[in-house]
Amino acid sequence: MASGIKDKVAILGMGCSKFGERWNDNAEDLIVEAFIEAIEDAGIDKSQIDAAWFGTGIEEQHVGKSAVPLSMALRLPNIPVTRVENYCASGSEALRGAVYAVASGAADIAMAVGVEKLKDTGYGGLPQRSRGAVNDLFWANASAPGSFAQLATAYSAKHNVSAADLKRAMAHISIKSHDNGSKNPKAHLRNKITEDKVMNAPMIAEPLGLFDCCGVSDGSAVAIVTTPEIAKALGKKDLVTVKAMQLAASNGREAQHNSWDGSHFVTTRAAAKRAYQEAGITNPRDQISMFEVHDCFSITELVTMEDLFISSDGRAVNDIMDGLFDADGKIPCQIDGGLKCFGHPIGASGIRMVYEMYLQMHGRAGERQRAEEPVFGMTHNLGGFPHQNICSLTIVGKEGA
Amino acid sequence: MEVGILAYGGYIPKSRLQRDQIFKAHAWFNPGLKGLSRGERSIANWDEDSVTMAVESARDCVAPDQRENISAVYMASTTFPFQDRQNAGIVADALNMKSNIQTLDFTSSMRAGTAALTVALQASKGAEGPILLTSAENRMTKAGSALELTTGDGAASFLIGSGNIVARLLGSHSESVDFVDHFRGESAEYDYTWEERWVKEEGYMKIVPTAVNSVLEKTGVSASDITTFCFPVAARNVAAGLAKKLGISEDAVADNLQSNCGEAGSAHILIMLAKALQEAKPGDKILIASFGQGCDALIFETTDAIKTVRPNTGITGSLANGRADSNYNRFLAFNDGLRMDLGIRAEVDKNTGLTTHYRNRYMAQRMVGGKCSKCGTAQFPKSNICVNENCGAINTQEDYSFADKIAQMNSFTADRLTYSPDPPAYYGMIQFEEGGRLMSDFADISPDDELTVGMKMRMVFRVKDYDTKRDFRRYFWKAVPVNATQKGSE
Repeated sequence: MASGIKDKVAILGMGCSKFGERWNDNAEDLIVEAFIEAIEDAGIDKSQIDAAWFGTGIEEQHVGKSAVPLSMALRLPNIPVTRVENYCASGSEALRGAVYAVASGAADIAMAVGVEKLKDTGYGGLPQRSRGAVNDLFWANASAPGSFAQLATAYSAKHNVSAADLKRAMAHISIKSHDNGSKNPKAHLRNKITEDKVMNAPMIAEPLGLFDCCGVSDGSAVAIVTTPEIAKALGKKDLVTVKAMQLAASNGREAQHNSWDGSHFVTTRAAAKRAYQEAGITNPRDQISMFEVHDCFSITELVTMEDLFISSDGRAVNDIMDGLFDADGKIPCQIDGGLKCFGHPIGASGIRMVYEMYLQMHGRAGERQRAEEPVFGMTHNLGGFPHQNICSLTIVGKEGA
Repeated sequence: MEVGILAYGGYIPKSRLQRDQIFKAHAWFNPGLKGLSRGERSIANWDEDSVTMAVESARDCVAPDQRENISAVYMASTTFPFQDRQNAGIVADALNMKSNIQTLDFTSSMRAGTAALTVALQASKGAEGPILLTSAENRMTKAGSALELTTGDGAASFLIGSGNIVARLLGSHSESVDFVDHFRGESAEYDYTWEERWVKEEGYMKIVPTAVNSVLEKTGVSASDITTFCFPVAARNVAAGLAKKLGISEDAVADNLQSNCGEAGSAHILIMLAKALQEAKPGDKILIASFGQGCDALIFETTDAIKTVRPNTGITGSLANGRADSNYNRFLAFNDGLRMDLGIRAEVDKNTGLTTHYRNRYMAQRMVGGKCSKCGTAQFPKSNICVNENCGAINTQEDYSFADKIAQMNSFTADRLTYSPDPPAYYGMIQFEEGGRLMSDFADISPDDELTVGMKMRMVFRVKDYDTKRDFRRYFWKAVPVNATQKGSE
């Protein structure tokens, strides 16, 4: 395996807009809001940015194609800007571009920007749209919740977990995210909920009820990265560096070959092994201080804790009910509210996850700050469907850890 | 060379709308409909049309390995989904037939079914192989009309030719009279009907006897020898009245399926014939007579083969496999009888690239995938590189049909977010017993059905999407439970 990018790139500054129903803002307004925070945090002038990557998932709903909308919104000085799209992992993909540019030496300072403006469709949930001319001929009439809901039926069947026990663990996940979101001023949803409310909510796609699903939001997040040396030269201390970035894409095995049982993510497991190796982590359950995982649906978070090798197979329900991933638990997961409550503006989500790691590691997370600053944080940004998806993992941590 | 019926099959859609529910909705306007309010009528699901029903009945009639020598596919209907695109051609495609066949549509009259049958019997004498004849109807009826109550949806198919026939044609006769009891003009959605008493007295009771007496005379069969007399019209006691007038035994009058199906337009006489064959003994003489701008009358005599050549399900099995449906509003919604607010999600443009469609027709219409000749892995869709990670061979996949393969269901959901004309949308991962899998739409699932991981599924040909802007529809295959539970539903 390649030597990897551990500690080759440091985060110089980050910003994140308020997520939510931003009725009066265009995508460009959200980008600028996140960018101003990030550039001030970085303490540089935008002329010092050598290159930028721009992540959006459903650009036809807002900015349209290409990287030009980013360059125009920020009036970037004709630097290279690349637009990337990889389903809901588009934000992480933008960050990966910027980090790799710095790690390679091609850029001294690079920027990743993610944005999505989804509340212009006229209805809740992700836009219903074509999946491509050929796919439309034979793909099931599947929504995101309907696709992810099937994890629950397959997981129950495989691990012999009753539908009721599983549903209760899923409810715990959502209650936790609402508790956490209530402490996050930038979160889309800040209300607390009860188990009764979750269990009795309208069904969206069996067995996922309304509170098992994250909403969709408007929002933007920005990361500015550089080398540790330049960061220090710019006066930064206690650097947060990138320990690993790994991506895995489905190759059709889950969708077309009978070796997958539908209860877990093949891609997450493949990417996690590589990420831990790249970061030099041998015992993730003990070494990772906190997680932000792609909790598009409660069941996704549940199986992901096994796919990241934190909970052993079939035991996530127990860890969840034991409070292991609660804000005050041993390994908090979604301490910022997650996709569920911070919100899910697709292209911004992957960068938003790293933003929370960055705040926590600098002791700047306000009311939700962990007493003990995290050492390693891991983000899991997933795009697509359980049977064909993109999984993007990032591990960040304190320099030298 | 003696020709006749080599095989037969039928299909009646699962859902049976309770007529009292239709009547209840209209009693305020037309209390006179009460006389038609008993029993139930079959209704096509939202994703069924005359082509899909024809396909299902044809599959019931001829197994995949019996399609090799078929020389022609005829389809009869007055409710074709396409005015200009051969509907029989879609049926042939769905049945994964070769291109060296004749395909032909018959339409424009309630006699279309018997017309196609008569032509098939004549043509098969000189044909290179048997002719597959299928007929199906999915008639639109005005809310509050008598036809809404008396009509049903369904299909029947016959394999016509020589050889091991189950029924030989003794003779046929056609009368052509431009008697317009009802019509549907070029731009009309619904039939326009004239007074039933006139239709009965001047139409049924005068034109039909002329045709029947002629065929009896031609064949030398005496009316009293007729074992089964099939006459498809819904009006009560007409068949019995005709039998009496013609000297046919009262016992020979076949049930016109008004109580449990309804009259399926031009297909109904063939549905009745398929049912009669399913219930026949060797040596039975079956007289069928259709009515529509004249009358076609045909007499068949069953052979010993009637005992051994059986459809998979047939009309009898299909009729038994019904599910009571009390939701008249849903029926209206499926048939554009209500201006429903379907939500913005329903507005997605379903345009189909005809190039895309043609290039992928084996996948999309025939459900042909690939089987790797190196490792044997069956996969859908067919692709250039084998999906088996331990193989990965390039250009090794041979055509492999999934349409008739049994699958096991691995996971499922009932989705209320995605747009479906009949929410929730049911779909899930199905895994074929001989390899291959698909995240597949399910069809004909009711909330009362118990879906369980591991249950067996089979594929059915259905409408995938309607492009309402361009009046195109694309078809694909969906999964249904092999042993569907049969319960009532609201």
